[in-house]
Amino acid sequence: MALEAGKQAPDFSLNSTPDQKVSLSELRGRRVILAFYPADWSPVCSDQLPIYSELVPEFRRYGAEIMGISVDGVWCHAAFAKDRKLRFPLLADFEPKGEVARAYDVCRRKDGFSERALFVIDREGIIRWSYVSPIGINPGADGILEALENMEGKKS
Amino acid sequence: MSLKPPVGPQDHVQGYPDAPIELVEYGDFECPFCGQAYYSVKAVQAALGDDLRFVFRNFPLAQAHPHALPAAQAAEAAGLQGRFWEMHDVLFEHQDMLDEPDLFRFAGALGLDLERFARDFASPEVAAKIRADFLSGARSGVNGTPTFFVNGERYDGSWAPQDFVAALSSLARDVAVRP
Repeated sequence: MALEAGKQAPDFSLNSTPDQKVSLSELRGRRVILAFYPADWSPVCSDQLPIYSELVPEFRRYGAEIMGISVDGVWCHAAFAKDRKLRFPLLADFEPKGEVARAYDVCRRKDGFSERALFVIDREGIIRWSYVSPIGINPGADGILEALENMEGKKS
Repeated sequence: MSLKPPVGPQDHVQGYPDAPIELVEYGDFECPFCGQAYYSVKAVQAALGDDLRFVFRNFPLAQAHPHALPAAQAAEAAGLQGRFWEMHDVLFEHQDMLDEPDLFRFAGALGLDLERFARDFASPEVAAKIRADFLSGARSGVNGTPTFFVNGERYDGSWAPQDFVAALSSLARDVAVRP
């Protein structure tokens, strides 16, 4: 089971590009959407992430930054993001493989990749909403938007 | 997963308001699957006749499909001259010709006032309408293009022409026998 609302979001520091790292603790004070997905280039992920890319301005309106996470390496992420013209970072949960997915309890150990899981984290680093979609089903963005809307007007 | 907001005066609608089946498509004029679905929708319209009303809302994946947004602008601009559906059809029938000069050529062929079309095509109102459609789709659970809603609920079944006609015809019969 994925970590649930109310839990502290485990910190991490992952590469977003070959020479850049992103850590959750640096984003304290911002809301963060983490989209764990199984793999770059898979058909469902290829539909899911472009929708989020179109919604980046909308997420920002709610003070939230979105980040994708999969076990693919930085070069693979770079090629995928370029091909799909994604406007948000993809983080490489690559070494040790799937460690962050394990921390959020969304790792499919037998497969070696993560669930298709979404987390909305507040400004204090607390998970406010989480959702695991059936692996072959694109969860879309309605759950994220609803979670952000429910946080409107709150300081966190 | 239900449609937010419901169909209203802001929408492009084909068919009667009291039709028992209301089909809403969120589509992208450059998306090849939407190009296929265009013919499925035509098949459903032919089969259900007055039992169907059809609504199209824009869901352009503008980063992935560079022509999607200009094509949506062309459709909305044509709509402001009462010719949304003609432009909608032309766009889906010419998905490999969606450069800006093509869009203006289509507008000319439809007999639109081209000066007004050019103004509306680039207007903030048209951009806002498309964005509002997109956000309503995101709120309604659109998770790819095309996504269909039937009588307000997301339709996750097959939209291959035969399957789509069968599913919606059967639903139309169910609605008809309800007291």
